[in-house]
Amino acid sequence: MADQFPAIIVLAPLFGALIVGLAGSRDHRICFPVVLVSLAVSLFASLGVFLQVLQSGPVSYFMSGWDTEKSVLGAGIELRIDAINGLVLIVIAVVSILVSIFSIRRAGEETTEKTPQFYVLFLLLTVGIFGMTVTNDAFNLFVLVEVSSLTSYALIAMGKARRGTMAAFNYILMGTVGASFYLLGVGYLYLKTGTLNMGHIHEVLTANGGEIGRSPSVMVAFVMILVGLWIKMAFFPLYGWLPNAYSYAPSTSGCILAPLMTKVSVYVMIRVMLGVFGWEWVFGHLGWNHAVVWLAVIAILAGSVLALAQRELKKMLCYLIVAEVGYMVGGAWLADSEGWGMTGAIYHILADAFMTLCLFIAASILVKRCKARRIEDLGGMFKKMPVTMTGFIIGALAMIGIPPTCGFFSKFYLIRGGIESGHWEFVAALILSSLINAVLFFRIFEIAFFGNKPAEGHGHEEGETSEQGSIGEQALSVREARLSTLIPLLVTAAIVILLGVFNGPVIAVIRSAIEPLIAVGG
Amino acid sequence: MTDSVNSLLPVWACLASLLAVPAILIFRKEPFLREGATFVAGLVKLGFVIAIYQHVKNGTAVECVLIEGPLPIVLRVDALGMVFALVASSLWILTSLYAIGYMRGLKEHSQTRFFAFFAVSLFATLGVAFAGNLLTLYLFYEILSLSTWPLVTHHQDKEARSGGRTYLAHLLGTSVAFALPALIFTWVKTGSEIEFGKAILESGDLGPWPTVALLLAFCFGFSKAGMMPFHSWLPGAMVAPTPVSALLHAVAVVKVGVFCVIRVVTEVFDTDLLTQAIGALSPSEILAWVAAFTVLVSSLIALTQDNLKRRLAFSTIGQLSYIVLGVALLHDLAWRGSVLHIAAHATGKITLFFCAGAIYVATGKKYISQMRGLGRRMPITFTAFFIGSLGVIGLPPSLGLISKFHLVLGAANAGQIALLVVFLISTILNAAYFLPIVYQAFFPKSDEVDPGEAGAEKFSWHSVKEAPWACVVPLSITALLSFGLFFTSGFLQELVKLFVASH
Amino acid sequence: MKEFFETSIEPHFNYWVYVILMMIGLWAVIAKNNLIKKLIGMSIFQTAIILFYVSVGVKKGSGIPIIPKAKEAAAGAGEHGAAGAVNPDLFANPLPHVLMLTAIVVGVSTLGVALAVAQQLFKDFGTLEEDEILEQIKTADKASPDG
Repeated sequence: MADQFPAIIVLAPLFGALIVGLAGSRDHRICFPVVLVSLAVSLFASLGVFLQVLQSGPVSYFMSGWDTEKSVLGAGIELRIDAINGLVLIVIAVVSILVSIFSIRRAGEETTEKTPQFYVLFLLLTVGIFGMTVTNDAFNLFVLVEVSSLTSYALIAMGKARRGTMAAFNYILMGTVGASFYLLGVGYLYLKTGTLNMGHIHEVLTANGGEIGRSPSVMVAFVMILVGLWIKMAFFPLYGWLPNAYSYAPSTSGCILAPLMTKVSVYVMIRVMLGVFGWEWVFGHLGWNHAVVWLAVIAILAGSVLALAQRELKKMLCYLIVAEVGYMVGGAWLADSEGWGMTGAIYHILADAFMTLCLFIAASILVKRCKARRIEDLGGMFKKMPVTMTGFIIGALAMIGIPPTCGFFSKFYLIRGGIESGHWEFVAALILSSLINAVLFFRIFEIAFFGNKPAEGHGHEEGETSEQGSIGEQALSVREARLSTLIPLLVTAAIVILLGVFNGPVIAVIRSAIEPLIAVGG
Repeated sequence: MTDSVNSLLPVWACLASLLAVPAILIFRKEPFLREGATFVAGLVKLGFVIAIYQHVKNGTAVECVLIEGPLPIVLRVDALGMVFALVASSLWILTSLYAIGYMRGLKEHSQTRFFAFFAVSLFATLGVAFAGNLLTLYLFYEILSLSTWPLVTHHQDKEARSGGRTYLAHLLGTSVAFALPALIFTWVKTGSEIEFGKAILESGDLGPWPTVALLLAFCFGFSKAGMMPFHSWLPGAMVAPTPVSALLHAVAVVKVGVFCVIRVVTEVFDTDLLTQAIGALSPSEILAWVAAFTVLVSSLIALTQDNLKRRLAFSTIGQLSYIVLGVALLHDLAWRGSVLHIAAHATGKITLFFCAGAIYVATGKKYISQMRGLGRRMPITFTAFFIGSLGVIGLPPSLGLISKFHLVLGAANAGQIALLVVFLISTILNAAYFLPIVYQAFFPKSDEVDPGEAGAEKFSWHSVKEAPWACVVPLSITALLSFGLFFTSGFLQELVKLFVASH
Repeated sequence: MKEFFETSIEPHFNYWVYVILMMIGLWAVIAKNNLIKKLIGMSIFQTAIILFYVSVGVKKGSGIPIIPKAKEAAAGAGEHGAAGAVNPDLFANPLPHVLMLTAIVVGVSTLGVALAVAQQLFKDFGTLEEDEILEQIKTADKASPDG
């Protein structure tokens, strides 16, 4: 049983999706329990694998027993879990469980009663994301990227807003181009190395003092793969599809996509960098770290400034994601000799998943409850929805980077990486973006705390004065959100703080996993 | 190095006020129970602090590692932290009493929120006092900035909001922009060692210019210390209700700033680093001159202010830099003076703020020019004001005399005659901006007692009485404290000697 | 010119073909106004990459990769010692072709989803021209920013 954990992680949601698809259309009530059970099985299996990894090192699993060593053309698919993607797996499982709880009532409301279809897509999306994280096969990775992308196109287009549909269409075009670039890169790698297994590719590339690695084809392959992944993770300047897609999607889809898709893509990039090409090749042979870090700096600044220009709450959060992707890519490319930037980037993947989830859940509640797409509409929300706003504030403080939230510590490690590698521009960008985030969020806090306009005397908050009639009615009846949305929010908020307070063990795990990878490069 | 014992006492001392928050929120409809919770928490907190004091006075540090790892969170109480904790926790109780009188007297709104955040900010203040390493210090520093923001913006009107924005922009902005990078840089330089109690940047770690940059990054980064040019949040924050100004802007917030600066100068940098020569100056002297500049300029600005609270605010800026200046002298006597001045200025300035608030509650007057003759109607308040100002100026009988005496002696022994002159000039300026207020309050020219010519508003002088007892009692106590500490400062001086001896 | 053709284009003509197809596809995705034309461009783009994979699996003079046949051929040639050893030179590399079966499936599903979304767009906006859709979004934005 325990041997099969790696496969179970991916297969549990897949079978869950089948059951939901077959039985769910008869009775909508069956959907949610099936979703929850299959994700819980995945979480259990992820934890199990993670413990195995901690005890006895990375775990390899060959699908259907097709051992890549024995099979004819090295065509077997290997799943490989080390400490880093073990952590990512747990994060994915936890986030998707929280979002599924959040979606209990909302899924039906927002997708015009297509609950089973929504949950099928939801589970397939997790299949794709889990698969991207565990697979050690370069082509299999392409297929799983497409599985997650296809489901996310559909999830985004499911909403009632027609702008969401248009955003989904653009996302399809961008996403497909990105995946195709990745596929092309894998093709070149296969040509040069004759294998698709990431570990084998790495061996071939580094064999004979890295003779094959110096081939220009390998460099082309790397660039193609990188561009493909950058489109997927919305790294500047390839971020154009993201803001509209995430902000006009149904809130449940936004809540699962925003925390996971970009973060897992970043993880995949780090895996390709370290596991396929290797530290020495990427930072020693290629030596583009300065250029990429500068690109990340621009991404951070552009994302923050564009966020500052937004009037809609969710759009603002989407541009912040663009900035956060800059943090992670920049951190991964800092290439300081002790790997602190890489540590920070990996820790930030975990931290940012929960921070983003926290903010997106809170924002979705606010948008739904008070029809407040825009920041000005949030006047006096603190009094009406104290619990929701508490969650929002915790998420926001993490974004700004206030201790003891996890956002502070990831920034701490990233800045350390920046200082050690001498990339002061990255340090400056991180600090500047923290300051911009502070401005952004305190603008919201001020409105939410004290109402829209400065108080004259101590009267009630306005909101009734808004020009749209429907808003007036809504604002009067705004009260705290329902429990099924508050529980995930508060749990996420608690994780945001706990992950920060207990960053020590997490960092220790990450360090122990990446130190050998750095040492290999010397 | 002093030896240390492990104990959870510091944690409980910090948590005492945080745990009061749920009680405050639960009793939000019952003002008496709500304020009762604040008092109980205050007394419990003081009790814990005194319990820790029993250890610390014997030269034993009390330590508690909350979280281990590459970035540990550690509470560690030594003599310096003890002085600050004693001052903050004892004055909190008095301020709570005062706040009740003030807030009820003015029928302020959202009193529950007010008391809740007040308790949180005290939690953070003690956290700073007990912080055992730079990271913990920074953590509580930021919590303090955030938890005091709702207090500063309490009135919610336009002025309060813009004051609140300036407040946050300065405190959060500088801490993220300067202190955080400085902190991480120190961490990188020392290889993950950020504990206090050993000079963590050894001589030879840094050249002179990087030392200056790092030192100033820390000192400007902890801009709660109010050094120019990052001082303007302090006058801006005076829009807060007076109890907030009193506790936070005379005791907790600003003292946290100077406390951080003292920690950094005495514990992060090795003395050799700070005395490297850069031309004619050394890094510590550069800091000293920045502080001296702040002392003089803020005192001059204070002279021109007519709004009483603003005058007090600029006076505070000056006095804070006084403390920083004393630390930057790098001399035993001056360090003793600096730490003592934390206590001296706290008791003195809180009295002055209490008086300003009491005057406002009783008469609605904010401007000094409107206060002529008020002393005859409010004798207790103005007597207390007089004693408080003696403490800040440093005239006998007050603790301020002892601390300034040490500072001046320290400057003389360190051979910094120019800085000694700064101390003296500033003292004269202090007297110049405080004593006239008292004089005019008690000895107005006869025509000024009659407001008919001033004409602006009808104001019946005969109806003016002292403020409610809940305002008058605390300000009398703090005045007595400021006065009494002159005679009983022995225990403080012992602590200060312990602090100096450990370096 | 002839030399260039012989050294660069002729031995690598499959690369040239796929790059040209890819660029045509990319151009259509970016420049075409009609959404369906964009999708056609996207399909060309994907197909170009499929062609690339398929072409690299081909070898001159190789047969179909079926193991018993290959064994027969090996036995007939009788060069490589032990009977039953497979001579890889005699058949095409099947792996890229197998991979492309998957990639074709992925491409078809992408196109299917995209067409479904395009249909929904036509229902919502009554047009498939991008500029007209953007115009409608803009005017709707002005009327009510909450769209």
